Amino acid sequence: MKSDPGLYDYLPYDRTRPKITWPNGARVAFWIAPNIEFYEFQPPTNASRAPWTRPLPDVLAYSARDYGNRTGFWRMLDAMARHNIRGSVSLNVAMCDHCPEIIEACAKHDWEFYSHGTYNTRYTFNMSEAQERELIQDSIDTIKKHTGQKLDGWLAPALSYTDRTIELVAEMGLTYICDLFHDDQPCPVKTAKGKLASIPYSLEMNDVIAYLVNLVSPRRYGDIIRAQFDRLYEEGAESGTVMCIPLHPYLIGSPHRIKAFEEAIAYIAGHDKVWLATGREIAQHFIANDFDTFAKASQPVGSL
Amino acid sequence: MGMPDDYMRYPHRHYGMDQDRYDWSMLPRRKPVQWPNGARVALWIVPVLEWFPLDMQGKPFKAPGGMVMAYPDLRHYTLRDYGNRVGIYRILDALKKRDLKASVAANAAVAARYPHLLREIVGQGHEVIAHGLHMDRIHHGGMSEEDEKATIAQSLDVLRKGSGQGVRGWLSPARSESYTTPDLLAEQGIDYLCDWANDDMPYKFRAKSRAIHAMPLSAEIDDYAISIQFHFSEDELVHHIVDQFEMLYEEAGREGGRILSLSLHPWITGQPYRIAYLEKALDMVMRRAGVWNATGAEILDAWKAQQ
Repeated sequence: MKSDPGLYDYLPYDRTRPKITWPNGARVAFWIAPNIEFYEFQPPTNASRAPWTRPLPDVLAYSARDYGNRTGFWRMLDAMARHNIRGSVSLNVAMCDHCPEIIEACAKHDWEFYSHGTYNTRYTFNMSEAQERELIQDSIDTIKKHTGQKLDGWLAPALSYTDRTIELVAEMGLTYICDLFHDDQPCPVKTAKGKLASIPYSLEMNDVIAYLVNLVSPRRYGDIIRAQFDRLYEEGAESGTVMCIPLHPYLIGSPHRIKAFEEAIAYIAGHDKVWLATGREIAQHFIANDFDTFAKASQPVGSL
Repeated sequence: MGMPDDYMRYPHRHYGMDQDRYDWSMLPRRKPVQWPNGARVALWIVPVLEWFPLDMQGKPFKAPGGMVMAYPDLRHYTLRDYGNRVGIYRILDALKKRDLKASVAANAAVAARYPHLLREIVGQGHEVIAHGLHMDRIHHGGMSEEDEKATIAQSLDVLRKGSGQGVRGWLSPARSESYTTPDLLAEQGIDYLCDWANDDMPYKFRAKSRAIHAMPLSAEIDDYAISIQFHFSEDELVHHIVDQFEMLYEEAGREGGRILSLSLHPWITGQPYRIAYLEKALDMVMRRAGVWNATGAEILDAWKAQQ
């Protein structure tokens, strides 16, 4: 085990950081990342994580996740479409087999698909390198086959990793990851092969963390989204920022939550200096324009 | 090193669900449902009557609301029992004043211990649905079929005799099931199951002997979740109920009838300082035209007649 992940150098959020200029002078690149997931009824065991808190079958936890695909997704899709906001889907790729209607609906709205593993109940923990490559290749192939898109982004299934994960993702041709929470702007990731950007994804804005961990009420979730945006919009006048809202249809798509959320994204979409982007578009722009200057400006981390 | 080969195999990776209890189905693509008299939203109120034994074993886990301290945990035992002595009567009065009926989910132990309470519930025109034996008899994968069958039989026997009703609905303690619970319930005459939290509408549910139905009892518009788990204020309790209702009401105008379910625990919402907020939420719901208050069985029958 390592004491530092070794994935990035130090780049302070101050005058020494190169300036980011988004398309059309936008201050904030805003993206929504719906996690469209399939949780298995009888998942295999992994010593590093139990899928459910209760012994199998955990019908309450399983069915609460299934709510997202049957009902919540459709409310979320409508709310986003009303404000012309595309999603960048963090996809458990087995969803292409289980619920192809959802994939078709996303594609029809011109959404991006990136990978969140195969199932949310299959963790990367304890996999061999060959198994991890198989997992990533499955995502590349499945997304290509069902959507025609090249896989560019990665968010590890259930945020489970090995020490190799990030390097393999870069080596296999992906261009961005959502797994690092160290910044409000994109950053270069240090890998031996490929060119990989870290795109801000924000756990604080994530509906699971907000609702279930920080115990934020549905109405207050709308307030904190606005506050997060206001600040990033203000700071974005100096150098372009990124705001992401990661969602889970099983939470955001429930009737008592969707309205306050929709009002908040309407507020954001109502600003003129906002770039309504996808993860891939943000990564492409950053890699083409800022990756090298950011890497150059970064300072090596000192040692004790 | 690495995971066993099976970890990379996906035997259920195919169209639809990875278990065969029900079909994959998308809410907005279903045939719209019409409630009686053109109502938009069916209001389904489900007070839950629980008895937590003082010597709770918590196998294989403790039901939410279970004992916390070392034995004898008088503090939690009595506060839960408060719901059955005091809190439920506040809720029943709130319903009576508004001429509302409910589906009361009762542990058989509550019915056996407090026959007066069951008589009051039946006398006031409410439906009784079964909530298992008591809060320390959890249905789970490690329960033998024989034991589970007997537990269900005893629960239904006590509740059917005590209420004089057929008792068609079932809510498992802690909404926990074994792999065979739905089969055993179907065999013993249960028509609808309230454990699965995956829908806003009823749907057909497969059991061995015959098809039953799942009814959408919200796990989130639930006072335990709102007031205890999330520590929200009484105003938030009202916001949760009313925001849920307003969205369903709006949706029903486009997509057909919807259901507002309210899961209420008398030891929580029956507290003097909370009851007025339930009353306020009920008034805010009932002031709308096109709300049909009904029991679970009535809602299910109206839905089934249109399939």
